Amino acid sequence: MTALAGPPATTAVDAAPAAGPRPGRGRRAGRLRTAVGFALGAVLLFAAAPLALSDFRLSLLAKYLCLAVVAIGIGIAWGRGGLLTLGQGVFFGLGGYAMAMHLKLADAGPGQMPDFMQLYGQLDELPLWWRPFASPWFALPATVLLPMAVAFGLGSLVFRRRVRGAYFAILSQALAAAMVILLIGQQGTTGGTNGLTDIQGFFGYDLDDPVNQRTVYFLIAAALLALLWLARQLIQSRYGELLVAVRDGEERVRFLGYDPATVKLVAYVTAAGMAGLAGALFVPAVGIISPALIGIVPSIEFVIGVAVGGRATLLGPVLGAVAVAWARTALSERFPGTWTYLQGGLFVLVVAFLPGGLAALCSRRRGTGGGPLTRLRRRRTEAAA
Amino acid sequence: MTVLFGQLFTGISIGAVLLLIALGLALTFGQMNVINMAHGEFIMAGAYTTYVLQQIITGAGWSLLVALPVAFVVAGAMGVLLEALLIRRLYARPLDTLLVTWGVSLILQQLARDVFGSPNVQTRAPEPLTGNVALPGGVTVANNRVFILVLALAAVAALTLALRLTPLGRRIRAVVQNRDLAAVSGIPTARVDRITFFVGSGLAGVAGVALTLLGPIGPTMGTNLIIDAFLVVVVGGIGQLKGSVIVAFALGVLQATGEYLTTLSVAKVMVFIAIVAFLQWRPQGLFTLRTRSLA
Repeated sequence: MTALAGPPATTAVDAAPAAGPRPGRGRRAGRLRTAVGFALGAVLLFAAAPLALSDFRLSLLAKYLCLAVVAIGIGIAWGRGGLLTLGQGVFFGLGGYAMAMHLKLADAGPGQMPDFMQLYGQLDELPLWWRPFASPWFALPATVLLPMAVAFGLGSLVFRRRVRGAYFAILSQALAAAMVILLIGQQGTTGGTNGLTDIQGFFGYDLDDPVNQRTVYFLIAAALLALLWLARQLIQSRYGELLVAVRDGEERVRFLGYDPATVKLVAYVTAAGMAGLAGALFVPAVGIISPALIGIVPSIEFVIGVAVGGRATLLGPVLGAVAVAWARTALSERFPGTWTYLQGGLFVLVVAFLPGGLAALCSRRRGTGGGPLTRLRRRRTEAAA
Repeated sequence: MTVLFGQLFTGISIGAVLLLIALGLALTFGQMNVINMAHGEFIMAGAYTTYVLQQIITGAGWSLLVALPVAFVVAGAMGVLLEALLIRRLYARPLDTLLVTWGVSLILQQLARDVFGSPNVQTRAPEPLTGNVALPGGVTVANNRVFILVLALAAVAALTLALRLTPLGRRIRAVVQNRDLAAVSGIPTARVDRITFFVGSGLAGVAGVALTLLGPIGPTMGTNLIIDAFLVVVVGGIGQLKGSVIVAFALGVLQATGEYLTTLSVAKVMVFIAIVAFLQWRPQGLFTLRTRSLA
């Protein structure tokens, strides 16, 4: 970096390379590469994986892909927008619970109550706020719109008043804590610590049937590809550039006449919607949603995958989320203790020494923005300046 | 009236616990802008220190008294180690300190599990702290709650005096207010950072000792405490201890009132909503140091 580079590392979260559209590179070549990439992804997800994997492994992969969908959203909000959201579990959970409530009601049959309510709640009739979820026309949009509405509420309050970045991270985390406590506290209507379990049907299909499980997998894979495409469009749009600009110099963007609060809000709400959709897809894939899946710890684990893969890239979060989830399954079954050390250590090393994530290692080969060593050296000189 | 006083004292004692666990953060997060998620594990370290000391020193009262300074040093040393190895490199990236220290907290939790086992352990409370004391007006309060209140206030007083009166405190305040100017004035800022971290983390250890009086000690005890502590510092404002003190007691009373009127879980949500609403009024917290920075 030359002397022209402006103030050093003002918001250095941020030292991660921006991998947006690069000037001097043909748009057509980029588009071709994307098309090839998506085709390759589609072949892998829709042909190779179902052929190569057993039913059990495929349903595990379906679960990982749900986490990858959450990661796309975090990649936009955090990697692009610098909004460290530690509460994506809330949105994942809202989507998941909305879906699970509908499926539970469908399982129970018209006019019936889910089994656990008589057990814990000793309720005589369905609580008022459960009732709309009986209709798929309400429940399905709600899986996405409900999380988006909550994100809009918190986001507009926080961003408009220019609450500092660290405060936002802590508030988003506190939201996750509050939601878990609320879910556990209202055991009679939410299932408490157990959550909503034992979901059997999915719009008339029996989820125990491997064929239907496969269909759910294809549904999730299709959603992942579609959202990746959507995220790519968003990132490459003028809005995407504005978002990066807000991350790197919010005040300067404000002086240019834009409203950073709106820019951030859009990213946060988008991420929330994606997490909600992921939660909704997670429920038929796994058959359960519970507070343990959406609390503080899982919320941060979403972020771990994104950080490891590369927060500022499009594909990094997806691959990182899948890789971390896969490693957890592979290692934690046999060596639960070792896995926790590994997970913590990996997170420390990546964030402290390789803020671009593993994607930064690859980008050196492609000659964009210098390798990790160059970047490390550059950061050192900046810090010294 | 009795109910009112009873609730008020419950609130104050919740506030005292909040204050004690947030006090160290007020120093490391509030003053140094480092978001240390491992702070909860330093609290845990203090609690386990008490447990270990009780295995060695059989008198519960003595072991508690010995545990206070020992836990301070143990947790403080852990903090210094963390600062020297990792945080030192991350002062320019506050959000990344949060993530890195989360990784550290995962490791520390597992370490605790491997050393002490995953089931929770319990310490014996010393004799004088087990009973209740009757206040005029028919209110009885638990002795251990009174002890924690006194301990929290003593810690605040000691920290305030140290920051105001000692040369070290003057240096810490100088570094917080203007790091560059402090450096050119000949203050060794790196060393001051380290000492600040020692004191802040040490206070977490002291909080851990106090928490052994209230409940079991376990590897994950820090995770739940840490969020409340951060909220106290966020609402209290950066760079001022008095903000944390006022807010800790205010949130404690709010929590107790909410619990009395509704349920524990609803009260937690009420507190969260109150905090977000409060930040609409004062986005930087109750008290802030004035700076010219645009960040």
